[in-house]
Amino acid sequence: MSILVNKNTRLVVQGITGREGLFHTEQMIEYGTPVVAGVTPGKGGEWAAGVPVFDTVKEAVEARGANTSVIFVPARFAPDAILEAADAGIQVIVCITEGIPTLDMIGVKAYLDQVGARLIGPNCPGIITPGEAKVGIMPGHIHRPGPVGVVSRSGTLTYEVVYALTQRGIGQSTAVGIGGDPIIGTTFVDALKLFEEDPQTEQIVLIGEIGGTDEERAADYLAGRMVKPVTAFIAGQTAPPGKRMGHAGAIISGGTGTAEEKIKALQAVNVKVARHPEEIAEIVASQM
Amino acid sequence: MKLQEYQSKRIFARYGVPIPAGDVASTPAEAREIAERLGKRVVVKAQVLVGGRGKAGGIKLADTPAEAEAVARRILSLQIKGLPVRKVLVDEAANIRAELYLGLVIDRARQRVVMMGSSEGGVDIEEVAAARPEKIIKAAIDPFIGLRDYQTRELALGMGLERELIRPFGQIARGLYDAFIGSDASLAEINPLVITGDGNGGHGDPPLLAVDGKMVLDDNGLFRHPDLAAMRDVDEETPEEREARQYGLSYVKLDGNIGCMVNGAGLAMATMDITKLYGGAPANFLDIGGGAQADRVAAALRIILSDAHVKAVLFNIFGGITRCDEVARGILAALEQVPTAVPMVARLVGTNEEEGRAILASAQMITASTLAEAAQKAVAAARGSTVSA
Repeated sequence: MSILVNKNTRLVVQGITGREGLFHTEQMIEYGTPVVAGVTPGKGGEWAAGVPVFDTVKEAVEARGANTSVIFVPARFAPDAILEAADAGIQVIVCITEGIPTLDMIGVKAYLDQVGARLIGPNCPGIITPGEAKVGIMPGHIHRPGPVGVVSRSGTLTYEVVYALTQRGIGQSTAVGIGGDPIIGTTFVDALKLFEEDPQTEQIVLIGEIGGTDEERAADYLAGRMVKPVTAFIAGQTAPPGKRMGHAGAIISGGTGTAEEKIKALQAVNVKVARHPEEIAEIVASQM
Repeated sequence: MKLQEYQSKRIFARYGVPIPAGDVASTPAEAREIAERLGKRVVVKAQVLVGGRGKAGGIKLADTPAEAEAVARRILSLQIKGLPVRKVLVDEAANIRAELYLGLVIDRARQRVVMMGSSEGGVDIEEVAAARPEKIIKAAIDPFIGLRDYQTRELALGMGLERELIRPFGQIARGLYDAFIGSDASLAEINPLVITGDGNGGHGDPPLLAVDGKMVLDDNGLFRHPDLAAMRDVDEETPEEREARQYGLSYVKLDGNIGCMVNGAGLAMATMDITKLYGGAPANFLDIGGGAQADRVAAALRIILSDAHVKAVLFNIFGGITRCDEVARGILAALEQVPTAVPMVARLVGTNEEEGRAILASAQMITASTLAEAAQKAVAAARGSTVSA
C-alpha cells in the first residue's frame, strides 16, 4: 500500500509538449510510472515521449482512462489546467507550476472542494510511491520502498531527507511534496490522515518551514488522534520576519509563522523535532 | 511587492475610497508648492517602506507653506530604519474625531480573503489583535460570491459605528475590496480610517477619510498589472537585491558572516539554520534554483562576496535531476569570473557526487560529505581556523 499514487495510477501529463513537461515525462516513464496520455491544446493527435497527445483532459480520460494528472503548464494557464482536470473527473491532480497568483488559487481551491477533487501543490515537487509511480520532478533513484511516509513543503530539502533515510536502508511508503505557496490543495493534516490510514506506513516525517500555521494545525490534529510516530523538521529558524524566503508562502508576517512557534506546537504533542535535516534519519532509525 | 503610502492611496481613490487632497514631493521646494496649492494646514509624511515612521520623526504637521518646506527638508534628510527618505507626501491635514482600522488579508488557514475592521485604529493592528482580539471584527469572503453588503453592515455595527456612517463605511469597504481584487493584492490596509470632526458639513469633508494606506501586491499577479509593476521603487532595493532579482535568484541579506549558496528554498533555510546550530551566523538566504549555469552561479557568488562581512562561503547543493559534476563545473567557472581569497566549503550530494567533489578538490576548496560537517567547517573557516575532516 501507499497513498495517492501507485501502480494503478494512469497518468495524464498536462503541458507534455513543453520543455519541462517533456523532459519530466521521459523521467517518469523511465521510473516506471504508467503515463497513459498527454494534453496540449492544439496538439491533439501528435505523440510526445511515446505517449498520445490530446487537446483536452476529457479526451485523455475517455480514450486512455487517465485517473491522475500532473501539470507543467505556465503559471498564467495553470489555474485553468487544474480546473479542467477536476472537471474531467481526475481525482488526484498534481500541480508542479510555481508562480500562480494567490487569488486565483483561492477560487480554484474553493471549486475543487465543491467537486471533491484532490490537488497536490501547486509549487511542489510532486509525489512518489517508490517502486510504483513517480508523479513529479523528484530524482527517483534516491528513493526506495519502505515504511516511512514523508510529507514536506519543500523540494530539495525533502530529497535531502529521503536520501539520508535511504542511505540508512530505510525506505519510504510515499513521499509527498505539498508545495511552498500560501494556498495549497493538500495540507499537512490531509497528508497525515492518509498516512495514518495507510497500512504500509509505520512512521511519518513532516518537513515544515516558516510562514502560515499549517504545522500548528498538524500539531492540533496529532494531539491524541495519531498513533504512528511523527518526526519533524522546521526550516527557517534563522529567517528574519517580513522577508519572503524563496517560497511565496515562506514568510513570517504579523508575528505569526515563526519556526519557534511551530517547533513548540509540535513538541507539545510529543513529536520529535530534529535540529538539522540529517538528524531526522537518526531519529527515525532509532524508532524502527 | 510593497507600495508606498501615496501609491496605495491613489489606487484606493481610483476605487472610490475618499483620501485627503495632496501630492508627493522629492524636494523641500516642491513640498512648499503643494502646501501653497492646498492652502490649508498640511501633514508632511516620509514615504519609506517600513513601519514606525511617526516615532522616527517622519510625520509632521505644518501650518504654513514655509513651515511645510522646513519640515520637508528635515524629513528628507532622515534615515528611517536604515532607509533614506527620498519622497514625502504632503496631504491636507484631516480633522480627526476618531480613528478606525479597515484591512484585507489572505487568511491562509481559511483559504479566503478576510476583511478586518476595528474601532481601535491608528495603532498597530497586531497589537490590538494580541491585547484586545474582541475589538477586531472579521468577515471571510467567498471567492465566487464576493463581499456582500450585509457583511460590511455587520462589520460597521461590530465596530460600533454610528448609524449614519454605515452607508459611507460600506462604500469604502467595497472600494477597498475592489482595489484588493483588482490589483492582485495580498494586503490592503487603511489605518487610520478617520471619522472626520465635522461629520457631514463644515468644510465639505467626507464623513470617513482614508488618511493612511498600505498595500502589498502578490508578485505572482504582477503579470496582469504592468501599470502596478512599474510602481516598484527600485531605490528601496539594495544593489545586491536588484542584481539577484535580475538573475532570477532569491536573495535576502542577513547579519552574519557565512555566505550560503544553496539550491532550493527549504534547503537554503535549513543550511542557514545549521550554521547557527554550530555557532556561526548566516550572511544571507540564497536559492540558486535548478540547473547550474556558470553565469548564475557567478552572479550569486558576486552578490554574496559584495558583503564585506562574509568570511566564508558555504555551497550546499543537492544534485537530483541536476548533476553534481555540472554544478561543480559551474562553481569553477564562477570562481574564474569572481576571484576571491574568502575560504569556500562545498558540500555536494546526490547524483554524481563523487565526480563533483573531485572537480572541486582540485580547486583548493574545502569539501564535506554531510551538511553537519560542512556547516562546522564553514563556521571554523569564518573564524580563521580549520577543522580536519
